[in-house]
Amino acid sequence: MDNIKTIKDPVLSIKNLFVSYDKGKYAVNDVSADIKRNSVTAIMGPSGCGKSTLLRAVNRMHELYETIETKGSIDLNGKDIFKMPAIQLRRMTGMVFQRPNPFPTMSIYDNVIAGYKLNGIHLKRSKRDEIVERSLRDVTLWDEVKDGLYKKGTFLSGGQQQRLCIARALAFGPEVILLDEPTSALDPVATSKIEDLMVSLKENYTILMVTHNMSQAARISDYSMFMYLGELVEYGKTKDMFTRPKDRRTEEYLTGKFG
Amino acid sequence: MMSNSDNKSIQSQVSRRKRKDQFYHGLMIGLSVITILPVILIIFKLVVEGIGQISLEFLVQTPPDSFEAMSATAAGERIPGGIANGITGTLLMVSVASAMAIPVGILTGIYLYENPKKFLAGLTRNVSDILQGVPSIVLGLIAYLWVVKHITNGFSALAGSVSLAIMMLPMIVRSTEETLKMIPVSIKEAALALGVPYYKVLLRVLIPTGFSGLLTGILLGISRILGETAPLLLTALGSSRINLDITEPVSAIPLLIWEFYNDPNMVDLIWSSSLLLMALVLFLNVTSKQIAKRKK
Ligand SMILES: Nc1ncnc2c1ncn2[C@@H]1O[C@H](COP(=O)(O)OP(=O)(O)OP(=O)(O)O)[C@@H](O)[C@H]1O
Ligand SMILES: [Mg+2]
Repeated sequence: MDNIKTIKDPVLSIKNLFVSYDKGKYAVNDVSADIKRNSVTAIMGPSGCGKSTLLRAVNRMHELYETIETKGSIDLNGKDIFKMPAIQLRRMTGMVFQRPNPFPTMSIYDNVIAGYKLNGIHLKRSKRDEIVERSLRDVTLWDEVKDGLYKKGTFLSGGQQQRLCIARALAFGPEVILLDEPTSALDPVATSKIEDLMVSLKENYTILMVTHNMSQAARISDYSMFMYLGELVEYGKTKDMFTRPKDRRTEEYLTGKFG
Repeated sequence: MMSNSDNKSIQSQVSRRKRKDQFYHGLMIGLSVITILPVILIIFKLVVEGIGQISLEFLVQTPPDSFEAMSATAAGERIPGGIANGITGTLLMVSVASAMAIPVGILTGIYLYENPKKFLAGLTRNVSDILQGVPSIVLGLIAYLWVVKHITNGFSALAGSVSLAIMMLPMIVRSTEETLKMIPVSIKEAALALGVPYYKVLLRVLIPTGFSGLLTGILLGISRILGETAPLLLTALGSSRINLDITEPVSAIPLLIWEFYNDPNMVDLIWSSSLLLMALVLFLNVTSKQIAKRKK
């Protein structure tokens, strides 16, 4: 296999990563990959192959659960993420979940600014307004909500909520945005808005996104990973992978034989 | 093909089922009425008998002595005085008990939520369940041994508060744990993914999100202890004057009801005091239901 596992000046560099929920059973099994800066990288694979598990290793979400074991290394800008405080790491990596999860007690405005508010970082009113407006504009939600910024975030539609959650992740200015099937709960219109958004966001951010949707990966990603049973089977430029998959399993997945 | 007799037997089966259905339906209605009726009768009786005594005086004055009550009754007048000592005593003890039980209960509930599988958590959960079943008079006895004998050296509001707090504690522990468990994990993860330290996630996200649930638990806990009498007999004892010193004996609405019961001249006051107590309990119950409903 000549997967591209090394990329020059990667944002993230994953090496021999293992994650297990149950002892001896690896949901992520010896995965190594570098992630290119200012690009969209898609993680694909059949259900249960470890996509979410891999993504959640990057911001050390697994540490919340005692039984989960993680081995191997991940560097962010050349620094070992396991050696930095989790809080610092998480402030550099925004996460968007499969289902929209705005904070139910907070207004739209407060949801966007939540990263600052909850962390007790005090900003001037004008600065806050600026961040809220910019983040909401980034996710093309501004025009829809600008007249009701103080309404609860949970009153929005599912697609709007998901864009709000992306805005929340963006507002704090992370380097990497991790998205776990961000459009799986959305209709085609909302999905295409989020896809456009992702393409425009890569100018300033690096995007690592789990998706079940092959055409989505083909449309918006620059690089693709194909995982199977916890292993990274194939990793390369999306164009190459979709036109000339190197591994038989990738080919079978892409042609719809399983998954 | 279905024969004629088959068809008939199906019909008779269907009609038998229908009758059975009707029977159970009727039974359900009957049982519901049996459940609801006593409550309605109680409230009705309390209002009819008690409303005549209720006035501003009733809320701000202390009870009359037996003789005053007797002459008023003999003259066919309203019994003078009120139950201000009981109202203030109840408020005092409920407040002190809440101040003890709420923080401890919420912190314990959070601990159980965070460490559901730890041995100590399981033990705490079981002990809390047992505590919920301990007869209140026993809690009074314990507060008597701990507080009356060793801390205040005599009957006191503090002792009463301690027994009420122990009663309230398991309810708050449970409702806190259950409330937190209902909050989707993804809300917690979203906050942690923003790099928010855990204690801030707890204080600024989980507790506000579950606030109405916590409040419901607290209100139900308070309504539970509001009418407790037995433990107070052994701890607060009762007092004929308004007392706000927690180291001294103090009265309470249910204690006064007990005292009125033992004095034939004061019977009318039983009803009005019970009415007030019942109104308070109902108010807390309805409020907490309302809060719980708004959450959804
Ligand atoms: N909390 C958990 N406890 C135990 N096992 C888990 C847990 N979460 C996931 N797993 C297991 O780990 C493996 C990988 O799961 P993961 O959620 O990463 O898959 P996925 O690729 O994201 O799947 P999907 O596309 O369905 O979201 C699966 O076999 C799954 O059963
Ligand atoms: Mg997943």
